[in-house]
Amino acid sequence: MAKQPVYYDDVNVGDPVPTLEKRPTRRQLVKYAGASGDYYEIHYDHHFAVNAGLKDGVIVHGLLTAGWLAQMLTDWLPSPTALKKFGVSYRAMARPGDTIACQGKIMHKYVKDGEHLVDCEIYAENQRGEKCAVGTATAALPTRS
Amino acid sequence: MVEFDRSVLGVESSPISYEVEKGAIRKFAEAIGDEDPMYYDEQAAQALGFKSLVAPPTFLCTFRAQELPDLKIQFGRVRLNGGNEYEYFQPIYAGDTISVTAKYADVAERTGRTGSMVFIITELTYRNQRGEVVAIGRNTGIMRE
Repeated sequence: MAKQPVYYDDVNVGDPVPTLEKRPTRRQLVKYAGASGDYYEIHYDHHFAVNAGLKDGVIVHGLLTAGWLAQMLTDWLPSPTALKKFGVSYRAMARPGDTIACQGKIMHKYVKDGEHLVDCEIYAENQRGEKCAVGTATAALPTRS
Repeated sequence: MVEFDRSVLGVESSPISYEVEKGAIRKFAEAIGDEDPMYYDEQAAQALGFKSLVAPPTFLCTFRAQELPDLKIQFGRVRLNGGNEYEYFQPIYAGDTISVTAKYADVAERTGRTGSMVFIITELTYRNQRGEVVAIGRNTGIMRE
């Protein structure tokens, strides 16, 4: 995958992280259950989910939404090892059939212990305008000099 | 305030070790829908300077810790994942052996618009085969009425 390198010198506070869009299906939730080892039935069994108090049925694993936000960052960063910190809170349910837009923005830019860092706010929003996950990420970027 | 067994807080679980397999990294990336070749093709990963396939940032969630002692909380019927935070110190590659330990860091009850919720904070430490801490994690579990 040919990536446009992102340099610390060229980014500014307020710059967006390129958006990543996902359209989860129940099939994807089953795949993620298997790949992650999280077999909690609220993610693939409608009746179980309803009985567990989720009246609209199955929901996307929070960590799958987190995985998409991490993918948005690693698509943008020169290397996944540039990611230093990553954290999200889950605020609204994402469901199969939704369109989830992963977005981010640079909030701070600074040098610490010789590393050129950016702090980003990140969030995943569904087509109803609800933020399913919100969080922050810190990444180290290369410099031109 | 919800009743729980305070003596369990801070008690670290015994480590569990996992061999990081190429197939597990591929399946995890595929479940997220991330097609970056560094997660599938060892030569592509090596061309980027990695020694083998590199683990995506949220792959840490596949390293499940030993079950912690029971907090003995009687509350609600819904269990949700409230959030995940990770701090990264070293990359994780296929072929590494990762051990994970966990401990409960905090239990808190809060009242929001959907009623009372109990938040359980778990801290995780991930080490590689050289004993180096590769990442730390902080998970928020939510118990809801």
